[in-house]
Parts: sequence; C-alpha cells; structure tokens
Amino acid sequence: MDTFVLMLAIPLVSGMLLTVVGEREWAPNLNIVASLGTFLSSALLTGEIIADGPRMAFGEMFFIDSLNVFLVTLTAFVGLTTSIFSGPYMKNEQEHGRLTKGRMRLYKSMFQLFMFTMLAALTTNNLGILWVAMEAATLTTVLLVSLYRTPASLEAAWKYFILCGVGIAQALFGTILLYFAAERVLGETGNALLWTRLVDVKGQLEPTVMALAFIFLLVGYGTKVGLAPLHNWLPDAHAEGPTPVSAVLSGLLLNVALYAILRCKVLADGALPGGFAGNLMMGFGLLTLVMAAFFLSRQKDIKRMFAYSSIEHMGLITFAFGMGGVVANFAGLLHMTMHSLTKSAIFFAVGHATQKTGTQIMENIRGLLRINPVIGWGLMLGTLAILGMPPFGVFASEFMILTHAMKHHPWATPVLLLALGVAFASIFGRVQSMVFGETHAKRLPHAPAITPVFLHLAIVLALGLYIPPYLTRWFHEAAKMIG
Amino acid sequence: MTVAGLFGQLLAIVLALVLAPLLTGWVNQCRAWMQNRSAPPLLQSYYMLHKLFLKDVVLAHGTSSFFRTAPYVIFGCMLLACAIVPTLSTDLPLAPSADTIALVGVFGLARIFISLAAMDIGTSFGTLGGRREMLIGFLAEPALLMVIFTTALISQSTSVATIVETLAHRDFVIYPSLAFAGVAFTFVSFAENARVPVDNPATHLELTMIHEAMILEYSGRHLALIELAASLKLYAYSCLGLALFFPWGIAAGENPLGLLAAIPMLVFKLAVGGAFLAGIETINAKMRIFRAPEFLGTAFLLAVLGLLVRLLLETRV
Amino acid sequence: MSSVPLSAQLINLFASVILLMAFAMLAQRRVLPLINLFAIQGAVLAASTGVVAVTTHQAHLYWSAGLTLALKALLLPWILHRLVRRLNVKWDVESLINIPTTMIVGIVLVVVAFNVALPISQLSSTISRGTLGIALASVMLAFLMMITRSKAIPQVVGFLAMENGLFLAATSATYGMPMVVELGIALDVLVGAIILGVFFFQIREQFDSLDIRHLERLKDS
Repeated sequence: MDTFVLMLAIPLVSGMLLTVVGEREWAPNLNIVASLGTFLSSALLTGEIIADGPRMAFGEMFFIDSLNVFLVTLTAFVGLTTSIFSGPYMKNEQEHGRLTKGRMRLYKSMFQLFMFTMLAALTTNNLGILWVAMEAATLTTVLLVSLYRTPASLEAAWKYFILCGVGIAQALFGTILLYFAAERVLGETGNALLWTRLVDVKGQLEPTVMALAFIFLLVGYGTKVGLAPLHNWLPDAHAEGPTPVSAVLSGLLLNVALYAILRCKVLADGALPGGFAGNLMMGFGLLTLVMAAFFLSRQKDIKRMFAYSSIEHMGLITFAFGMGGVVANFAGLLHMTMHSLTKSAIFFAVGHATQKTGTQIMENIRGLLRINPVIGWGLMLGTLAILGMPPFGVFASEFMILTHAMKHHPWATPVLLLALGVAFASIFGRVQSMVFGETHAKRLPHAPAITPVFLHLAIVLALGLYIPPYLTRWFHEAAKMIG
Repeated sequence: MTVAGLFGQLLAIVLALVLAPLLTGWVNQCRAWMQNRSAPPLLQSYYMLHKLFLKDVVLAHGTSSFFRTAPYVIFGCMLLACAIVPTLSTDLPLAPSADTIALVGVFGLARIFISLAAMDIGTSFGTLGGRREMLIGFLAEPALLMVIFTTALISQSTSVATIVETLAHRDFVIYPSLAFAGVAFTFVSFAENARVPVDNPATHLELTMIHEAMILEYSGRHLALIELAASLKLYAYSCLGLALFFPWGIAAGENPLGLLAAIPMLVFKLAVGGAFLAGIETINAKMRIFRAPEFLGTAFLLAVLGLLVRLLLETRV
Repeated sequence: MSSVPLSAQLINLFASVILLMAFAMLAQRRVLPLINLFAIQGAVLAASTGVVAVTTHQAHLYWSAGLTLALKALLLPWILHRLVRRLNVKWDVESLINIPTTMIVGIVLVVVAFNVALPISQLSSTISRGTLGIALASVMLAFLMMITRSKAIPQVVGFLAMENGLFLAATSATYGMPMVVELGIALDVLVGAIILGVFFFQIREQFDSLDIRHLERLKDS
C-alpha cells in the first residue's frame, strides 16, 4: 500500500475507531500504536522522497516535496512521543478526578483527528484545502482546550475559537483574492488554487491583488502562528488545556500555520519583486519577538510562560524567513525543528512537574530535583536548550539567524539581542528556583513517561553537535525552494 | 420663460394651496379608519382654516414684532418650496432660482423662524419645543442633503427640475442607491413633518410634543397661516419624494395636455402616499425623544450608504 | 447606464440588501430578530448566487446557491433559534459601545473597504465585480459586531455573518471557489456552529449566563 495513503489513513481511521470503541483499557495503547504507524509510514515516505524527488498523490490533490516532507516527519514524530507521554499523564489526570471517561475518549479521538488535519494541511497541494484543514485543526483543538470544563478552560477555548475564527476568515479572504489573481492567468479550470501550478506562473500574477492577498493571508494564518497583535489566544489555550495539547499546539500547530504562510510567501515573492512579503514578515516577526519577550517577565503561570516563549520563537522564525535567502531560510527551518522538539519536551516535563505539585503557579513549584531528579533535570536541560545555550541545536539556528541579520539587516540586531536577553533572564531565573530548593510533594499513582523528554532533548543535542550531511542537503533544498 | 411655463408654474402653486390641506385631511381620515375611529370629513382642514382666519388674533404680553411676522415668513417659505418642487411639470420658471440645496435651506429658514418665534414669547413650552425642533432639524438636514446628493450624482445636477427630468425619462434601471435613499428620505420626512415615530401631531402632551409646543401661543390668522404652512410642508415633502422616487407621469416640456394629464396622476399618487403615511403612523408607536437621534442617525446612515453604493456599484457598470 | 444587463442590476441590488442587513444586524438589540436578519442575509446571498449561476451557466454555482440556502438561511438559523429557546436568552443583547457610535464606525469601515476593493474590482471581468467592495464591507461589519457585542450568541452570529461576506466575495470576484473547497468550507462552518452550540451549554453550566464579560479572568500580570 502507498505509504502516503497509509500515513493519512491511519490517524483518520484510528480517530474514528477511538470514538466508536470508547475508553478501554487498551485505548491509550491503540493511540500509541496508531501514532507509531503514522510515524513509520511518514519515515518511509521521507525515504522515498529523498530517493525519488517530489511526488504527487491523488492526481494533483496532494504534493510532497522536500519542504513539507520534513515537517511531516517532524509532526508524526512529535505526535508519537506526545501519545506516549499522554498515556500515563492522562491516567493521572483521571485519578485526580479532573477527567471523566467520556472526556478521555474525546481526547484520544480528537488527538488522532488533529494529527490527520495537520498532515492533510501539510501535504495538500490545494491552497483552498489548506485553509479547510487549518480550520478543521482549530475545530478539533477547541474541544481539547476546554477538556477540563473549568471556567478558565472554557474562557480559553472561547477566546481561541473566536480569535482564530476571525483570523482564519481573513486568511480565507486572502485565499479568495489569490484565487482571483490566479484565475486571470490559469483560467477557470479549478486548478487555479493548486500550488504547483501557481508556482509556475507566479511572475504573472497581478501585483496589486497579490499584495493585498498576502497581507490578509499573513494576518490570518499569522493569528494561528501567534504573531502579535492577534496572539492573545495562545497563552490562554496553552495554559488551560491539558499538557499534551499544549505540547502539540506549540510544537506542531504553530509550525503548520507558519508553513502555510511560507507557501504563500513563495507566490507573493514571485509576483512582487522587491521583498514586499519579506519586509512585512520581518516587521511582524520583530514586533512579536519584542512583545513576547517583555510579556515573558510578567508571567506567574509556568505554562503561560512557556507559551509566551513559543510566541517569541515564532516571531524569531518569522523574522528569519522574512529576511529570505538560503542561509536565513536554512536557519529558519532548523529553528522550527529545534523549537518543536525542545518545546514539546519542555511541556512534557512541565506536565509532570505540575501534576506532582498540583499547581501551575511558579511560586508554588519548588525543588523539583528532590521530588523527581529526572523531571527536574529534564526541565532544566530543556530550558537551557530553548534559551539557546550551546551545545544544543537551538544555539546553532539562533546563531545563524543573528549573524545573518548582522550582515544584512544590522539595524535589527540590537532589537533581537535585547529581546533574547530579556527572555533569557526572565525564564532562567524562574526555572532555576523551581528546579532547586526544598519541597513537600507526594508521589503520583502512575509513573510518568519520561522517555519522550530525553529522546527529544537528545535529538536536539545531537543536532547541535553534528548535523548529518543528508539532513543539511535536505534543508538546503527546502531553503532554496522558499527563495 | 414661456407663457406655458408661466401657466404651469401658476397652476402648480394654486394646486399646492388647494391640495395641501386636502392631503392633511386625507391622512387624518385614513388614520382614523385604520384605527377604527369615526373619521373627520375630508374637508376638515378647510373648515379649521376658515374658522381660524375669521377669528381675532390674541397676542401674549411681551411679544415682539418678530412673533407677528414669523407666520408670514414661514408661510412664504413653504409656498416657495412648493413652487420649486416639480409637481406637474419640470419646466418651471422659478426652478433656476433655487436648486435642491437651496430648497433644504428654505426649509431650514422656516425652521429657524418658527423656533425663534416660539422662544420669543418666553414661555417654557415654547422654548422646549424650539429646542427640540432644532435638535431634530440638526439631525435631519444632513440626512436629507445626503439623499439629495445621491440623486444629484445620478443626474449630474443639483437642480430639482433636472434631477426629476433625468429620473423620470430614463430607461428602466434598478438603482440600489435610490432604494437606500428612498428609505432614508421616508425617515427624514416623518421627522420633519412631525409624524408619529418622532412626534405626534394629534396630542398636546407636554413631555413629548415638539411641533405643537412651539405654536401653543398662536391664534387667529397667525395660527391659520402656520397650520397651512405645515400642510404645505407635508405636501412639498410628499411631492419631492414622489418626484424623486416615483417620477412617472410628470410632464416634461411645454406640453399643456401633458400638464393636464399630470394632475390626476399626482392626485392618485398623493392619495396612495397619504394612505401609506397613515398606515405607518398606525402601526408604529411614538418613540422617546431620546431615541429620535438614533432614528435620524439611521436615516443619515442609510443615505450615506446609498451614496457609497452609488459610487461603488453604479458608476463603472 | 441602460446597457447594464438586468442580471448585473439584480446582483447589485442583492449585494446592497446584504450590506443593509449587515448594518441592521449591527443595530439590532434583540437576539431573535438578529437571527432572523442573519437568515434573510443568507437567503439574499443564495438568491444572488443563483442569479450569477443562471447568467454564467456554471453548474457548481447552482450547488453552492442551494447549499447556502439550506445551510445559512434555514439550518443554521433553525439551530440558533432552538438554542435561544433552550437557553432562554431571548432578551439579552447588549452592546459594549452604544449603537450610533458603532454605526459611525461602520460607515468608516465601509468607506475603507470600498477603497481597498476598488483597484481589485477594476481588474475583474465578472458581472458581479462591483460587489467585491460590499463583500469586504460585510466582512468588516461582521467583525465589528463580534467586537462590540458582549453576549455569546451575537458573537456567533457575527462569526457566521463574516462567513457570508466571504462567500459573497468569492462569488463576486471569481464566480466561486472550486467545488471541493466550497464543500470543505461549508462543512467547517457547520461543524463550527455545532461545536459552538455544545459550547453554549458548557458556558451556561459554568457561569449561569452567556455574557462573555464573565470570560475576562485570564489576563496577563
């Protein structure tokens, strides 16, 4: 069977299956097995793409090239580790009485459907379907954010839905404008939203329309990336949803939304020489970075703090892609990967930490090393990694972004350094006092799954020390494609 | 200026003087029917005017000469307005003297005089009515101007006669902008003529009255002139609305036959319009005075929308 | 002027009514009339799409007109009506800003939208090109409604009205999106509305009210 079909079918079918069978003893295992299947098929698919080059599927409906295949693998991998992590985590939540059986069922089926929408959004060739998949991803996660049904989680989910609904509507308007511009070149064939077709004619697209379309698309999908000023939903949704959901939101959903912007940027660049799209992205990225860095210092809730850290990194990545050029794009892609892995690892560690101490307020979390040295070290190392300490991989990508900015956009360097410095100071200080110190927390009924944390961190560390040549080649190819 | 034109103009003025009280009577009659009351006779307004003209004038202490001249000025303004609005024909010798903006100005002049006269006597009711009248006028006039600008954009002229001529003698085209403008104009007419959603001409309830509060101190022929002026104002607004939005049947050039044929058409349109007005007054309740700004704000909004729709949708097609 | 075909005139008329409905929704104080206005807007939108379909003989436009009628004019208003009755919230619509101010802001938005859309509609060759500005204006007005309303149901109606405006934009600029995309969008809207329906009950359960102002506890600092 085709690996691609398998990769899309497994989460869809298992999501439905999990809805039907309900909460059973083996349901978490089914969740893990399905994610494993998705990951294996995506790995096989990656092998095929590396060997044979880009390919289509279902006519021209789906399209896999070096840019999205690496995101597909990343998504499937983080999905797998999250499902491993969520097994014991969710069981603990159930024992604490925060979740009923019905909600457990909802969680697992929605998790798989969410994976399906993510993968569909990444691989589709049709920009309209991309929009539909992004909206579907919002819808599946809204119910996950409000899983606890507490007033705060309902508020977060409502904000998430309304804000992302508004954002995604802007993106739809942008898509309509894009289709309008494309139809003038490609004719009314229904192929005018296919990205592969559009790329061939991107120089002929009407510049006025494309400029407006890109603004709408950037603001629209940017809402889901968490770009300022429409970022308000992100900290709430991360803080109030279950931790595995925070991990996939930060690690995957933001990436996919950014991927949508990248695809559109390629087209906008073709129609608008002069770096209109890039400048816009640099502006938004820088604004987001600075805003998030200063909000970081005011947080009291640990998940909110790391959510703001995600916003900060998304701003940095957007800035990198805005600069353009192979080096900056390479750095952006690398940073995307590193951030996904590191941030989800951090959320795993944070999840266990909050479960042990029973609070998300940082002042009340103390002495994690005493409670569980593994979790304590996991959180500490993860924090060091996300703050860009060598030898972790985030250092490499941040270093590349900074040097590139110094060379080509020197005015931005002080701003970047200031924001990163503020972020470092505020996160490191907080985490240090959480990890070390005295405590009196109790044991959990189910032993935490700590493997994913260290697996992620190990990869980040390995990539920081040595990037294998085939990976470099692969990133290079993708970076060149973004232009 | 031709003889036929002069004749048409005179006919229009005479007709206004004859039909205006009749229209008021007709609206009152319809309203009574719709509200299941026994209706006053159609000619009731004439009887009233006749009675009032025969009565002596009683002046309050401390009134100035302004109070006595105001009714004549108001009556003159309204008569002039009736003469400018094309009722029967668009070939009016008086028309070049004033365009639509001046028409709005004429209405404004009458409003200022009636408000000042109301304040002149120094009673609290008069002052209150005058202030309310200015409030309504201040909100209604921009809306009315916007309506007129929309029609002026369609016909590329601000002269009433030209506008009506363009609108009356064109191919059938749906103008969405005119629909907006028409609704806005209806709103404004209700406010300007002191009809029900804004003011109730039939009561003297001090909390709500606007128009009646201003003329409480008038008597005899002064009151008759003001009542007649109010009728003329309703007539002028009705004719303006009919000419702008239902312009069929208005004679174009110097055609005496067309002029004569236009009279029954006008009477018919006025009758339908009056019945419509009475219907609206019946199904609506009078709103609080503080809601009136919102009502007129809506009218202004609709008129502006009409203007915008005109600019966006209809200029390039 | 007289050379304009009747269909284009009809489309313009329908577009104006859609804009009028957008304003009416902005000004409406009660919940049930608000839903009815939304239904009327949906019906007019379907009619407008139908006229475009008849004029251009595009089969998929018939489908989308039918879909719009079924979904936006009948099904969603019906669901909302049921929700309102079940939740018993007929009378409480409140605006955060008073309505005349909202209207003035609305007019400014319309002017902005018209100006933004002008260069694009000049490039278009569809018979309904003039309505692109109106579509953008409706989207913005719906957006404004979502911002200024404090209750959950009006916010959702605003969300759905925004979708209406986007649909109008799609038909007016390009004769509609490809069928697959349109079906996907319709599905998303429907699922979204159902999820929101579930949500209303959850919010009610927690707060005993559908006032979004209860949802203001999550703040920074």
